[in-house]
Amino acid sequence: MYRVQLPEIGTAAAWRDAARQYLAAGVPPDQILWDDHQAAPDLFAAQDYLHAQGSPLHVPKSFISMAQAVVWHNNPERFARLYQFLWRLRHKPTLMQDRGDPDLVRLRLMEKNVRRCQHKMKAFVRFREITPTGANRRSFAAWFEPTHHTVEPTADFFVRRFSDMDWRILTPDVCAVFDSGGLRFEAGQAKPELPEDANEQLWITYFKNIFNPARLKVKAMQSEMPKKYWKNMPEAAFIPEMIAGATARAQAMADAAPTLPPLRMARVQAQLASCQSEWGGPQEGLPAAISACIRCPLHKEATQPVLGEGPTDASLMIVGEQPGDYEDLTGKPFVGPAGQLFDKVARVVGLDRKQTYVTNAVKHFKFAPQGRRRIHQRPNPSEIEQCRWWLNAEIAAGSPKLIVAMGATAALSLTGNGRNISARQGSIEHGLTGLPVLITAHPSYLLRLPNARAKKAATALFQRDLKQAIFAVEQL
Amino acid sequence: MAKQTIDQKLAILSDAAKYDASCASSGSTKRHSRDGKGLGSNEGSGICHAYAPDGRCISLLKILMTNFCIYDCSYCINRVSSNVNRARFSVDEVVKLTVEFYRRNYIEGLFLSSGVIRSPDATMSDMVQIARKLRYEENFRGYIHLKTIPDASPELIAEAGLLADRLSINVELPTDAAVAQYAPEKKPEQIRKAMADVRLRKDESEDVSHGGKRPARFAPAGQSTQMIIGADGSNDATILGQSTRLYSSYKLKRVYYSAFSPIPDSSSKLPLIRPPLAREHRLYQADWLLRFYDFQLDEITSVTDDGNLDLEIDPKLAWALVHRAAFPLDVNSASREMLLRVPGFGVKTVSRILTTRRHRTLRYEDLVRMGASMKKARSFITALGWSPRGLTDSAGLRARFAPPAVQLSLF
Repeated sequence: MYRVQLPEIGTAAAWRDAARQYLAAGVPPDQILWDDHQAAPDLFAAQDYLHAQGSPLHVPKSFISMAQAVVWHNNPERFARLYQFLWRLRHKPTLMQDRGDPDLVRLRLMEKNVRRCQHKMKAFVRFREITPTGANRRSFAAWFEPTHHTVEPTADFFVRRFSDMDWRILTPDVCAVFDSGGLRFEAGQAKPELPEDANEQLWITYFKNIFNPARLKVKAMQSEMPKKYWKNMPEAAFIPEMIAGATARAQAMADAAPTLPPLRMARVQAQLASCQSEWGGPQEGLPAAISACIRCPLHKEATQPVLGEGPTDASLMIVGEQPGDYEDLTGKPFVGPAGQLFDKVARVVGLDRKQTYVTNAVKHFKFAPQGRRRIHQRPNPSEIEQCRWWLNAEIAAGSPKLIVAMGATAALSLTGNGRNISARQGSIEHGLTGLPVLITAHPSYLLRLPNARAKKAATALFQRDLKQAIFAVEQL
Repeated sequence: MAKQTIDQKLAILSDAAKYDASCASSGSTKRHSRDGKGLGSNEGSGICHAYAPDGRCISLLKILMTNFCIYDCSYCINRVSSNVNRARFSVDEVVKLTVEFYRRNYIEGLFLSSGVIRSPDATMSDMVQIARKLRYEENFRGYIHLKTIPDASPELIAEAGLLADRLSINVELPTDAAVAQYAPEKKPEQIRKAMADVRLRKDESEDVSHGGKRPARFAPAGQSTQMIIGADGSNDATILGQSTRLYSSYKLKRVYYSAFSPIPDSSSKLPLIRPPLAREHRLYQADWLLRFYDFQLDEITSVTDDGNLDLEIDPKLAWALVHRAAFPLDVNSASREMLLRVPGFGVKTVSRILTTRRHRTLRYEDLVRMGASMKKARSFITALGWSPRGLTDSAGLRARFAPPAVQLSLF
């Protein structure tokens, strides 16, 4: 029989060293008596220490991280249970993945308890300032009563957070002291008298006022902030009176008759009306009217309508289908992937986009949400028809000689027929407004073609059409 | 009027801020102050430093810079026509409060919002000033959440995003029509544009240049928004439709639902009946199903005729009860997608099932130990040594979960 007594400070490393030694020596779990520092010497157990050096061991990483939490649990059996599981793990490393194994479930539960206790310590420690007069470094102290032995594994959190001040967390278990940049642990102590701190009063004021008496959920509060922590939290003393008064306060709010607005309101609203024009009141002109469009339901889901862009006196007008994801976000036409492809082809054929007016047949982005993405949807005929109103207004406001319709939607809007684009591509048709309309493919069609050869052929056709458009405009 | 003390101001301005539901402090960049040159840390997961009796967590110092406001939104306690007490913090007061609270471990950081005073730009620039002072003068490395004013200039929003961990803009109500009715000065299209702008800037800040240089992170904890539930007549299908649009369009981290709650000095324009808090809870559950359980919107909302979620049972159970043909599932062979649809199984339980069943066949008791809620799940699954037999198709299955009907009082 072996007996191992583990120290109060540095328990994790000590357990790990001991377990490694005994396992290497092949000592079965029932031959070891594990004790924490509190245990009285056991007269009947043999004081038989082992100093064997065994071969190095390999255990899954997940076991190590679990064990490093479990050793801080307050259950005296924690070391024995860990060793027993480790003993089984020797021959069956996949045991760590068996979430139905009763031994593992029990250890995982202990791990969870410790992690929760650590988390609550991070949350509920409350410092009071104890800076001596004349000191150049501020100093704080807190009294805390952890359920498990969590001070040592949690202290580094406070180091990471509060390194520009001195602090100490005093507990009946182990105390953590951070002094001029160095952390040390000391034995536990009795509750000290800490000086009053004026900020505590402000914190209580905040706590009382952030509470909404109209939605009382005491159970939800207590499951996250158990009563055992209340005694060391200054704000918790006020919880009973807050709960007691809540219903009456909520009732009073409901019963109160609406009051007349204060006099200030008229003054403020007059002032507001006068500066309205500075941040987007009604403006004259087409762009503002399009921006306010609610002719079809698409406006409800899109970010904004995307207006046409380019000189109004341009002789060539290019009409696409509808804005895409990126256009919808930026509010600019032809800036997404299809727009970039259009720019590339236009540069090749010598078409200056700045000299043309580019716009879309439908001004709002139509899409179907899918997770965090938006999938483009083709606008339906009635949406195209509603938006034709704006397209016609844009045509009337400018003076185009020729309009290029890219894709079926634009063709439908401009000629009344959106079918059979591949057969009509390259032909100049008579548009609904009386202007000639050149039918071509939409650049996004080129992007979608999977086959490189087909893509090359389609791009060549698109180039041919744009060249034809430049030529036609010069002739007209 | 006598000068207000800091305590009085804090009382007024935290009271005014409590209707914002968000208090998250998670998901930002990891940083610490081990070097001794700054204050604070952020470790990915948030910490709730206290809970109020309303069940809400207190993680951040959630205050308004001022509750003076030039707008008249009927659901808001701070609207210009309300008679609440008004107060205004100076920039330095907010900075000092944040730092002193933080040093005492009361909070994870600051959630700053504000009524609109003078103009949107003037208000926003004061808020940015507070964040700038915290970051550069106090070397504060804790969490900052700024509520952006939708009409503020893009330059201010750009700076705010570089200083803060999270930005948020409230869409306020589920439909544009409701916004027009209850918040006449706010423009839904302006709010959407502001959210689009934040998303674009965030996307840009994540691009690495050719030289491998990373631009400064913009709002690393993302953006979020809040809608008030129950003030207008929108049903849950409309509300969830709006939030799926918001998630997909602007990559929001969270949409918060806030059951419309009676406020002091409320406006006569508002409905007198408050919505049940359970509705808010069901909406969050549905929101989770959409984001983490691969449910589609119409699957959740088509369960009832009026497009509202069932208040008595959770949305996943409601879905399962009308799709009983898909059950019972064999936990030893069903796919991850289908296991996620079992009422009582969470994402964690499902991943535990998947890792364990690689090594052996699962029994009923294994599922209990894995943390599944078997009271719900047992009617919908089979395992080694367990079959629900007729339970899955029994007529009384719903009654096992729903609270018993209560006879209405005659008086």
